[in-house]
Amino acid sequence: MAREIGVMTMLRRCLALGFLALLLALGQPALAQVQDQGRPSNEELQLMQQLQGQGPLTGRVSIPDQRAATLIQPAGKEWRDFWRGTSPWIGGIAIGGMLALLVLFFLIRGRVPMEGGRSGETITRFNGLDRFAHWLTAISFLVLAITGLNIAFGRDLLLPLIGPEAFSAFSDAGKVAHNFLSFPFTLGILLMLVLWVRDNIPSRLDLEWLAAGGGIIGHGHAHARRFNGGQKAIFWSVVLMGGAIAVTGYFLMFPFTVVADVGGMQTTQMVHSVLSMILVAIILAHIYIGTIGMEGAFHAMGSGEVDLNWAEAHHDLWAEEIRARERRETGTAPGAMPAE
Amino acid sequence: MARMKFLCDAERCIECNACVTACKNENEVPWGINRRRVVTLNDGEMGKERSISMACMHCTDAPCAAVCPVDCFYTTADAVVLHSKELCIGCGYCFYACPFGAPQYPQLGNFGGRGKMDKCTFCAGGPEADNTPAEYARYGANRLAEGKLPLCAEMCSTKALLAGDGEIIAAIYKERVVTRGYGSGAWGWSTAYPDSQGV
Repeated sequence: MAREIGVMTMLRRCLALGFLALLLALGQPALAQVQDQGRPSNEELQLMQQLQGQGPLTGRVSIPDQRAATLIQPAGKEWRDFWRGTSPWIGGIAIGGMLALLVLFFLIRGRVPMEGGRSGETITRFNGLDRFAHWLTAISFLVLAITGLNIAFGRDLLLPLIGPEAFSAFSDAGKVAHNFLSFPFTLGILLMLVLWVRDNIPSRLDLEWLAAGGGIIGHGHAHARRFNGGQKAIFWSVVLMGGAIAVTGYFLMFPFTVVADVGGMQTTQMVHSVLSMILVAIILAHIYIGTIGMEGAFHAMGSGEVDLNWAEAHHDLWAEEIRARERRETGTAPGAMPAE
Repeated sequence: MARMKFLCDAERCIECNACVTACKNENEVPWGINRRRVVTLNDGEMGKERSISMACMHCTDAPCAAVCPVDCFYTTADAVVLHSKELCIGCGYCFYACPFGAPQYPQLGNFGGRGKMDKCTFCAGGPEADNTPAEYARYGANRLAEGKLPLCAEMCSTKALLAGDGEIIAAIYKERVVTRGYGSGAWGWSTAYPDSQGV
């Protein structure tokens, strides 16, 4: 580490040295121009910029804050262009596009009905701890998403509507909520990882599930265990992207502690915002299918109990497993089960 | 109206840090915050060492104002870039965008908890009524309203740091460059004022 810093400093010194030497060498023509036209050109400045390249120009300061030693950091401009130019497009296309897609899908396909109607008999899909982990993550994510999107889009969308004072008060409270709710969110992700990773290992069944259109696009159902291909995709995006968002979020929350320089903070902010906006889009689809998109699906996370017909249609292998276990536990002979 | 700018003549700055001290005293800047600082390049290298006093440059099309999520910045008629601490939420984005590292945050509140951003005001106070105690407590002095220029430049012993109307200070600097025959350029000007020609 110490050697690395030494090399960096030397490189910087060399750059600065070379730059000064060139300045001196080119000082003559610049001066000639001064005398010829009575005003100096900004060639000198442009030269300075070129020599400086894209890296920051750093010297020495006598105050404790060593970040102040950076005289000019040109990368701020790229970050600004990203934040005001690229980022709204990424977020707008991802989130707006997903909403449009879902509305279109709902209009074409409508609500996916439960095949064979309700059987009246239910089996437990998610126990109390499962549902606690899910809703802990879900509720904190909703607040995090709204307050985060407010930072990205609020200035253009909400500020003109409610005025600067109200908007600032909302954003300030939002920032505090965003900081604090990161903890339950992270805890929820860790809990879900521990609880469900066993049932989310990708398998060949997922490919067959995908080929069959996942049961929502076509009509036939592919075999599925506790989680089908789509649910596994949601699980892994939440765990991996959510995890990365949490880590970058903590870097931003404790600025200049883990990430040492301003360039690192800019990169962290870009990763955090892009991943977050994509995850919001993914979760919109998840919310859709779990509520209005499919009959019977919400009960899984609502009461934790799902209708037997729903379970057999969407998770046949899992339903079979559960019933086999129940039979073993109650000691009932298979023949005694009600015929389906 | 004037277009206010700072210009630091690196050939004259002797790194005495009087501008830093003057600023802290005049504006009662809190602990840990430096609205102005002196950066020494090529420290200790004979003939190549240059010091530059740097603060907010009050950029044209200021990056801080562009990235602020709550749009708390405004530009005065004198082209001084100021912000409202009433509206600022201390998110830190202006520091990421600023080419000159001008925005500062007091350590307040939770976690990395940044308080309201603080930066050089060109001794022009803030959005509150001129020279009121409320304005002074938040932003420091409003010398511009009294017809004076920023104290850092006013008391610079070598007159390395110039503050005032862009055209006038540029003319002073040009005259110096012509007289002595060299100059390392107006630091930060092409970044802060892309439209400025010459100097």
